[in-house]
Amino acid sequence: MFLPGRPLARRPCLLHGLESAPPISASMSREDGLLYYKQMQTIRRMELKADQLYKQKVIRGFCHLYDGQEACGVGIENAIKPTDHLITAYRVHGIAYMRGIPVKSILSELTGRQGGCAKGKGGSMHMYGQNFYGGNGIVGAQVPLGAGVAFAQKYQGFDSLCVAMYGDGAANQGQIFEAFNMSYLWSLPCLFVCENNQYGMGTAVERASANIDYYQRGDYIPGIKVDGMDVLCVREATKFAADYIRSGKGPMLMELETYRYHGHSMSDPGISYRTREEIKEVRSKSDPISLLRDRLVGSGLSSVEELKEIDVEVRREIEEASQFATSDPEPPLSDLTTHIYQTGLNSRIRGITPWQQLAAA
Amino acid sequence: MGFAGLAVGAAMAGLRPICEFMTFNFSMQAIDQVVNSAGKTLYMSAGSVHVPVVFRGPNGASAGVAAQHSQCFAAWYGHCPGLKVLSPWNSLDSKGLLKAAIRDDDPVVFLENELMYGVPFDMPEEAQSPDFLLPIGKAHVERTGQHITVVAHSRVVGFCLEAATALAKEGIDCEVINLRSIRPLDMATVEQSVMKTNHLITVEGGWPLFGVGAEICASIMEGPAFDYLDAPATRVTGVDIPMPYARNLEEISGPQVKDIIMAARRMLTGREESRATA
Repeated sequence: MFLPGRPLARRPCLLHGLESAPPISASMSREDGLLYYKQMQTIRRMELKADQLYKQKVIRGFCHLYDGQEACGVGIENAIKPTDHLITAYRVHGIAYMRGIPVKSILSELTGRQGGCAKGKGGSMHMYGQNFYGGNGIVGAQVPLGAGVAFAQKYQGFDSLCVAMYGDGAANQGQIFEAFNMSYLWSLPCLFVCENNQYGMGTAVERASANIDYYQRGDYIPGIKVDGMDVLCVREATKFAADYIRSGKGPMLMELETYRYHGHSMSDPGISYRTREEIKEVRSKSDPISLLRDRLVGSGLSSVEELKEIDVEVRREIEEASQFATSDPEPPLSDLTTHIYQTGLNSRIRGITPWQQLAAA
Repeated sequence: MGFAGLAVGAAMAGLRPICEFMTFNFSMQAIDQVVNSAGKTLYMSAGSVHVPVVFRGPNGASAGVAAQHSQCFAAWYGHCPGLKVLSPWNSLDSKGLLKAAIRDDDPVVFLENELMYGVPFDMPEEAQSPDFLLPIGKAHVERTGQHITVVAHSRVVGFCLEAATALAKEGIDCEVINLRSIRPLDMATVEQSVMKTNHLITVEGGWPLFGVGAEICASIMEGPAFDYLDAPATRVTGVDIPMPYARNLEEISGPQVKDIIMAARRMLTGREESRATA
């Protein structure tokens, strides 16, 4: 059953429980424009490289790609501070990059090598960094965790907030509403972000949710619905939300209307529940990188040639990272039993058979 | 799920939260946050994120609270790597182990017992200090003995000591071990005891299948103490049923002092009834 196409119309933010809105115009310097372009292009090419490596069976297991959603990750990170905190679900590679993890470390985590950001022990869904708590595999579980991170900021009197991200597929989880409740009651500095890419695995939003206005689902929590394909919209809306939250007014919910070109994961061709036409249409009318390119060229901030040079540089960087990720050794066998406990107990870990008592470290 | 996750997130971000479940029966709904978010994160992050959270609350049977409020979760949580699981019996255990759990940098599941909350115990001088700690992962021999090792955790430790007093009159000298720690499980203490007494009974309030006693028996088989056993080990457990409400049924749903006495007597003398004259 194919549902009608989704043109993802350009429009101003929709508001819920708010009297003011993010600005409808924003300024972008040349430096910022080129930065956002490079960041989005890096994520795009990194994800396409991951697709390639997965098909070559160098990446195994789960691999959920972010291409199409780049404006979300890039817009958010450019509106918050490195001292702010962020947590998301399993579609994490682009976010991990924006949180400061190098492409090399991301790709070699995907290929399960010791140079990976989790030394090969986490894989696609479990990438962590400074003020960045993954990378979480259980749908929706990261949202109460994010509220807890926000709680810790307020408890310690810090100025920082936590961005807790989830998708349209997770949006009906009970624990998310529990997190909303506590965040509002205790005025936690938490920015809930629903990345609505229209499909929860193979289920379109209309078939999954009785109420698809995800920005309103926080009920008493003010919400905004934002064009998630436009990096400037995302940046401005995030800044607006962050200012609100930092002023101590409590949490906010931001729905980013976006789209993923790949299926849910590499196991999903992504065309049994949507048409190729729909995917093509989004690519031609709403691609986040194209939108920014048009803006940069149209406003004279950059040129087609200059952007092509950036493309070439990005491809080179990704290729280098990929070389590393496919040649770096796998973790040493002794890593099997490391990082079980922080406060070690000098106990032995039972192996496959009773005579294999492995040393914990 | 909400507040358990919130506690775990706060721990990841630098606090030392204590998350209380009214009873561990309710933790079943939040078990994903305990096992997946708290227990596994240090490993998945290769050491970059640790989770110093304590989950505490009453565990196991209470009195008259029926099936959904009476389950023992020692085996469920004890099964999972990445967690530490403690089960205090007396006041000394409760104080020393809880403080150790809070100061520990790993997620700790602290299984208390509602019926023990009101039971007073003498506390030695050093236990009254605010820095009194007990080591996680170490069992404690509550009573030394020569003839049989009785291993238990939580409330039934008291029953084992009562049984030991009664059995002493029949000339059966019990060594009673209070596990204190379910994970890590101190098999070294249990093995050392069994190698001395040659007999083993495990006692627990929880269900028999796949339980704490099952783990102890399997470990004994795999370790040095097996050759010292003069009889197969016996597990004394709760009955393999949901907990009934009616008082008479509830009374026979879990191990009582007389069950422990009978099991020890039967193992050592082959008889269930005592022939003692005292």
